[in-house]
Amino acid sequence: MKRLLIVLLLITYSLNVFSQDIFGGKVTGNFQMDAQVSKEDSVIGAEKVSEKFLMNAFTNILYTNGDFSAGVRFEAYLNPILGFDKQYKGAGLAYRFASYKKDYLEITAGNFYEQFGNGLIFRSYEERNLGLDNAMDGLKIIARPFRGVALKGVIGKQRYYWEKIWENESFGLVRGVDAEVSINSLIKKFEASPLQVIVGGSFVSVFDKAEERFIIEPSTGDNFKLTLPENIGSGAARVQMSYKAFNLNAEYAKKGQDPNAVNGYIFNEGEAAYLSLGYAAKGLGINVSAKRIDNMSYKSRRGETGNMLNVNYLPALTRQHSYSLFAMYPYATQVNGEMGVQADIIYKLKKNSFLGGKYGADLKFNYSRANALDKEYVPLNPAGNYEGTQGYTSSFFKAGDELYYEELNFELGKKLNSDFKLNLMYSYQSFNPIANGHPGEKFVYANVFAADLTQRLKNRSSLRYEVQLLLTEQNYGDWAAGDWIQGTIEYNLGGRFFVAATDQWNYGKLEGEKVHYYNFSVGYNKGTTRVQLSYGKQREGIICIGGVCRPIPASNGLFATITSSF
Amino acid sequence: MKKFLLIFVAVMISTLSIYAQSSTFKSILPSITVNTLEGKPIKASEFSNDGKPFVICFWATWCKPCLMELNTMAELYEEWQTETGIKIYAVSIDDARTCPKVKPLVSGSDWDYEVMLDQNSELKRALGVNNPPHTFIVNEKGEIVWQHVGYAPGDEENLIEVYKKILNGEEVK
Repeated sequence: MKRLLIVLLLITYSLNVFSQDIFGGKVTGNFQMDAQVSKEDSVIGAEKVSEKFLMNAFTNILYTNGDFSAGVRFEAYLNPILGFDKQYKGAGLAYRFASYKKDYLEITAGNFYEQFGNGLIFRSYEERNLGLDNAMDGLKIIARPFRGVALKGVIGKQRYYWEKIWENESFGLVRGVDAEVSINSLIKKFEASPLQVIVGGSFVSVFDKAEERFIIEPSTGDNFKLTLPENIGSGAARVQMSYKAFNLNAEYAKKGQDPNAVNGYIFNEGEAAYLSLGYAAKGLGINVSAKRIDNMSYKSRRGETGNMLNVNYLPALTRQHSYSLFAMYPYATQVNGEMGVQADIIYKLKKNSFLGGKYGADLKFNYSRANALDKEYVPLNPAGNYEGTQGYTSSFFKAGDELYYEELNFELGKKLNSDFKLNLMYSYQSFNPIANGHPGEKFVYANVFAADLTQRLKNRSSLRYEVQLLLTEQNYGDWAAGDWIQGTIEYNLGGRFFVAATDQWNYGKLEGEKVHYYNFSVGYNKGTTRVQLSYGKQREGIICIGGVCRPIPASNGLFATITSSF
Repeated sequence: MKKFLLIFVAVMISTLSIYAQSSTFKSILPSITVNTLEGKPIKASEFSNDGKPFVICFWATWCKPCLMELNTMAELYEEWQTETGIKIYAVSIDDARTCPKVKPLVSGSDWDYEVMLDQNSELKRALGVNNPPHTFIVNEKGEIVWQHVGYAPGDEENLIEVYKKILNGEEVK
């Protein structure tokens, strides 16, 4: 630990000596620190924190000199803040790379992130605030032999907390290639064509050494050994087209036999299909998307469940909410099978029109729905489960009867006069608890409202008032406890300083105390540095970014965040 | 506890000392590839505004302050353009989940910005962006000369003031 500290200090001080202009190159980077002090609170379920003080921090330092760049990220979790996996405990260089970029060739050695197409079979990415990082460690090559053609190749292993992945054979090796061709760039004749077409294809394979695995017949004790595939391949093809106001994005992916802990070691093949259609005109935007996910959990370690070691990315086809009560019941993709649709319409009411008034208005409509697949199960194995069997069959175009999630949203944004701006939002949500790890529980139906008013004051200052209301008749105790109301007031001084107070009140709770989750925060913002301090109670919940969710435990205390870019 | 505090302080000091230096150098836009709304690749190092400075705003469809910022500036954009010749690149960091919403939002909101997609956050990472909104002003040489994090009503007035200074060749902090 001490050694790392010294290394870090040496690096940063030597950078200062060189005044960030090392041999003509430039140094940039960023920094974030979250610190937490939480006390025990049995009413809201906040547990005792024996360390008293918890901290997550990271800093990225990037050196660029012409075509060459290199960088490191130092991370410290001492100890991880509440809700982060305890396996993050520790500090060190979690990420380092060197990269060389020319117009026709890019080579990156070390850690890297990359995505093929929509990510159905490969996406390496990070979501620092969720504690999610599946950075590859290995080699990435991108070649652009002709205008409009990009070829990518990746090989490596994925990050797993602080684990020494290269010394442990249970972490699989990920290999992939991708090709993308922009027809209009490649063929000169079509360059100015109103029809723009981009096609692509990719192939990914995971090598994961097979362990011994048996199915045991309980009464006789007979053994059946599973022959697990060691190379799990997948392929995808995609097309992106636009013609005048219309656009289309489609991708289809197929995955070979991949018995794993997420699908219960069944031998069914995986399949994913995604289609998105859009229309865009001045003042009107429409998008309709549909997808089918069938047995598509794809990890570089067979026995892994949870959010780590994902090779692909299967986001939820639902709206990502920014108002907190709207995100009370978030939906996460059911990777073992779901069919979903989503529609968005965005319309601008013109200025000085009958409905739009003097300043016009913005209207947004969103609908989404996810259902189970229509699965026909095969006979059970001798042990009484589906392990080692094909599991099920399902027809491609037919959705199952079981609803996972349904949501309808309306939003209206309106400038009232030169000082006031109002935003109104309504959402109706049907939530199947199975999507939230509460199988067997009853549905939650909720009506959620928000009104949000911003007032401009003199000297570039402003006030913001916000009220949210969640109405539901479902009252099952801890995670679905009736109605909620939330009020926020925020004062912003000249864009530099802000102070805010929030109270989230579970007034509809039937049993136990109707808790007020109050929170006070102050913040200071200068250039690229932001410091925020908050004190109060945090309810137990789930935060989701990009369809990946992390539970956040209840806490009661102080939280500080510092972010900076340089 | 002592060790934690020691590390905490060390990280703080080293970061702040880098930060303190930051005004003395100018970072050049990297040759990271982003995509237009039609899917065409373009390198950040090729962003330009006919030899004038330009603005880069990082945003996302789910980021409320970003939408507030871009909507406010959209009302002023025409006026700003006539007055100063400003150009704004709005770089969306929406990933595969929310990316399909970018185009309808841009056209539905009637924005005239140069909208770019940075689906796997490559450019965001290269420019050290923590969270959106994050705004940069880049001078005619492709050097980042000013940046700002967050948006509060009134920040757009500050942005155009700084832009005019840079346009006039004045030094900005």
